[in-house]
Amino acid sequence: MTVTNMKHAYWSGVRDALPYIVVVVPFATLFGIVAIDAGLTLAQTLSFSILVIAGASQFAALQLMLENAAISFILAAALAVNLRMAMYSAALAPHLGSAALWQRILIGYLNFDQSYILSVTKYENEPDMLIASKVTYFMGVALTIATFWCLFTYFGVRVGSVIPINLEVSFVLPIAFLSMVAPMIKSPAHIAAAFVSIIIALALAGLPAGSGLLIAAVCAMATGVIVETHLEQKT
Amino acid sequence: MNYTQTEIWLIICLMAIGTFAIRYSFLGLIGSRRIPTLIEQMLRYTPVAVLPGMVAPLVLWPTDATNGVTILHLGAAFAALFVAYITRKVIWGMLAGLVVFFSPLIITLL
Repeated sequence: MTVTNMKHAYWSGVRDALPYIVVVVPFATLFGIVAIDAGLTLAQTLSFSILVIAGASQFAALQLMLENAAISFILAAALAVNLRMAMYSAALAPHLGSAALWQRILIGYLNFDQSYILSVTKYENEPDMLIASKVTYFMGVALTIATFWCLFTYFGVRVGSVIPINLEVSFVLPIAFLSMVAPMIKSPAHIAAAFVSIIIALALAGLPAGSGLLIAAVCAMATGVIVETHLEQKT
Repeated sequence: MNYTQTEIWLIICLMAIGTFAIRYSFLGLIGSRRIPTLIEQMLRYTPVAVLPGMVAPLVLWPTDATNGVTILHLGAAFAALFVAYITRKVIWGMLAGLVVFFSPLIITLL
């Protein structure tokens, strides 16, 4: 493995990540604004983005914090949003499982939607890639996205401190959630799951904040699997 | 928001640890063993199972409306959902929803 090739793999990762920046920038800025408005400090908001790096779950945690949900419910709901990443981990394991321990730990920390999707696509298109190139490509993608995510969270904090928007009493958060979930709806089973989630969450809205949501989520997951299995048997 | 500083830090740290554990799981501990099919199927539905249930009460009973939900709320929610679904892009949905929601303000400014 020459140094030139490693550099090449790294920069091709950076290049492939660039189009995703368009989404990361406004999303991270919004998180910064909402978090500072909700009452988090600069250090807490930045720690959130640096340590967790998972947009949807950060927004979910913030929403439940605004509702004063119990900490256990906040963690359960926010981590449930991230559970799909176990799937990413499983998909990356055959490609990156033989990397050094410290590299796998770093990959685990940076294993989010964009880094997973771009890397797996790249590895499948270029089956001859060496493990070292695979790792550097992954880092090229992941470090680019993560850097913009953290920088623009900070930018959002600055914007939110200058212009107090009071998002606690506005409608920006629901709009963000709807825009996040719509592109994930890809099959009748997804629609069924979303529908069950909505009905049960509304029906249980009187329960302590966050608890109805967890029951709704479990029922919705089960619904998704049942509908999927049912549709597969038909064909 | 009614949490002590310690509680907020606790939430952030536990989320960081939990998220890392999820992301590292197969890469680190489980190696190349396969996930049971049922678990894999359930994992695929986690975002669509959590987010709609979280957003539905916020749309129907908005926290900024003293007189209940308005046509502006419903219109903005629909615009965000519809545009993000058609374009498959989060950003266009967010823009569409925001433009509809703030349309009275935008019209005044114009």
